[in-house]
Amino acid sequence: MSRSPLPYNPKILELFRNPKNLGKMEDATVSAVAGNPSCGDMIIFYLKINDEDTIEKASFESYGCAANIATSSIVTEMIKGMKLKDAWKISWKTVVEAVGGLPSVKFHCGILAVGALKRAIREYYKNKKVSPNWLPKEQTFEEKQALEEEELAKILAKRMKAEEEK
Amino acid sequence: MIENIRELLKAHEALKREVYLDVENSSLVPKEVIDAMLPYYNQRAYGNPTLTHKPGWEAFETIMESAQKVATFLGCRNLEEVNFTPGETEANNLALLGTAIPRKGKGKKIVISEIEPLSVLHVTDLLTKYGFVTVKIPVDGEGLLNLEKLGEAVDKDTILVSLSVANHEIGMIEPIMEALEIVKDKNPETIFHTDASDAYGKIPFNVQNLDVDLATISSPKILGPRGVGALYVKEGVKVERILEGQIGTQRLWPGVENTPSLVGFAKASELVFQDFEGNVSHMRRLRDKLIDGIIRNIPDVKLNGPKGDKRVPDNVNISFLRCEGEALTIELSLNGVYVSSGSACTRRLLQPSHVLVAIGRKFIEAHGSILMKVTRYHTEEDIDYVLEVIPKAVERIRGIVGSMEMK
Repeated sequence: MSRSPLPYNPKILELFRNPKNLGKMEDATVSAVAGNPSCGDMIIFYLKINDEDTIEKASFESYGCAANIATSSIVTEMIKGMKLKDAWKISWKTVVEAVGGLPSVKFHCGILAVGALKRAIREYYKNKKVSPNWLPKEQTFEEKQALEEEELAKILAKRMKAEEEK
Repeated sequence: MIENIRELLKAHEALKREVYLDVENSSLVPKEVIDAMLPYYNQRAYGNPTLTHKPGWEAFETIMESAQKVATFLGCRNLEEVNFTPGETEANNLALLGTAIPRKGKGKKIVISEIEPLSVLHVTDLLTKYGFVTVKIPVDGEGLLNLEKLGEAVDKDTILVSLSVANHEIGMIEPIMEALEIVKDKNPETIFHTDASDAYGKIPFNVQNLDVDLATISSPKILGPRGVGALYVKEGVKVERILEGQIGTQRLWPGVENTPSLVGFAKASELVFQDFEGNVSHMRRLRDKLIDGIIRNIPDVKLNGPKGDKRVPDNVNISFLRCEGEALTIELSLNGVYVSSGSACTRRLLQPSHVLVAIGRKFIEAHGSILMKVTRYHTEEDIDYVLEVIPKAVERIRGIVGSMEMK
């Protein structure tokens, strides 16, 4: 339980102060959550996708630190106007680069944001009952990491409950 | 990286007021204390106190005088009972390691509480690796120590008990007198250590009344300089050094004494105790103004720790639900209010503050916690400003959470 210095760069600070594409989207085609509030880290993406599988708009809401807010915000910027096929190729490293770098203890914020994006894309095709050949069956690194964080939150919650009952 | 920090600082340039409330993590040192320290860097007493020349003897005199002042405020029988260390962390390490290691043949059990500071908690983790056994006594929802469990835990095998007088995060004043009686009743041989860093200068605390074996106090917690603390060791209690080197005037800590800092610690003590009642009632008034102002004006908040007289006069700790703590500390900083959070977000491990978890706060409540400490230097206007800034900051951060469901 140690702390590390967090010298956030100007881009992160700017996105923290004035996040772009913030808020619930009422006419979203699909939405997806990643993370868990117990980990102090949760985001939701809302995507409006047209018939050509292009993202017309994207927005987010976030419960998390400045890095979480900034990475979520920048992902919504990056994917606007993109084909889902291309949005799928975005990795957490691309996101970290796009925000101008993150302290290593905050890499998981970028990972979580991409995890949520990938989940939203999967959800969209699941609802459409289509499986494009570029969409892998197995989970990507980011999706696995998001799941791992959520599982950990469940384990910790269970452990706390067990201790309370003791 | 340094460029980033410069930009972050630039974002703070237009602040109309600044209020520093993060005394838990480091303090700002008042001018009177700095003025008292300065001559000892280059005008007098800059020598090594163990050497046979004038600046050395001056240093020895100065260190003795500083120890005498602290000894008086602590209620020591003699000034050899005051052992200066480079801080609270070091004093706690010395107390635990320096007591447990030489007593390994006598027993293996160490008893602490679930809400001790990391410099106690992590040291017992270390001792556990070397064959000691640690028992952690639980606390209730306000942080009150379970004395019944303490009585059950202490036995013939218990060599050491370490329990804080007042908790550093949630401000609970513990029934330490009763705890001491219970421990000594069960085993008079057990060494009783207390971290009194959040009690010294805040509540009446004196080793004449509270006859502990060892007590830690800290300079920055009373607005003295960083890098100094002390371990009170009752006459006749055996503690061994945990570091070796050249031993000077401090038999339990090697290395050349930091004379100016010791002067600063003594001066800070004087300033606290010269009007103890006045200082305490001032802090208590501001504390309650801050707590009441937040609870009255912001929905979905929870006070962590007790209310009123059970709480140390400077401590405010509040959880803002649907509001992540790190984001909130940054937003507050951009508005000139400096605080810390028990959120896990500045820590790579997912666990938030162990103290808040121990009093039964859910993780999500702990992540939204903010810790503030008021001092005698804060004014009503400072608190008014903080009460103007916090609701806006909370509202903005909650706005980013938006409609998300928190389960």
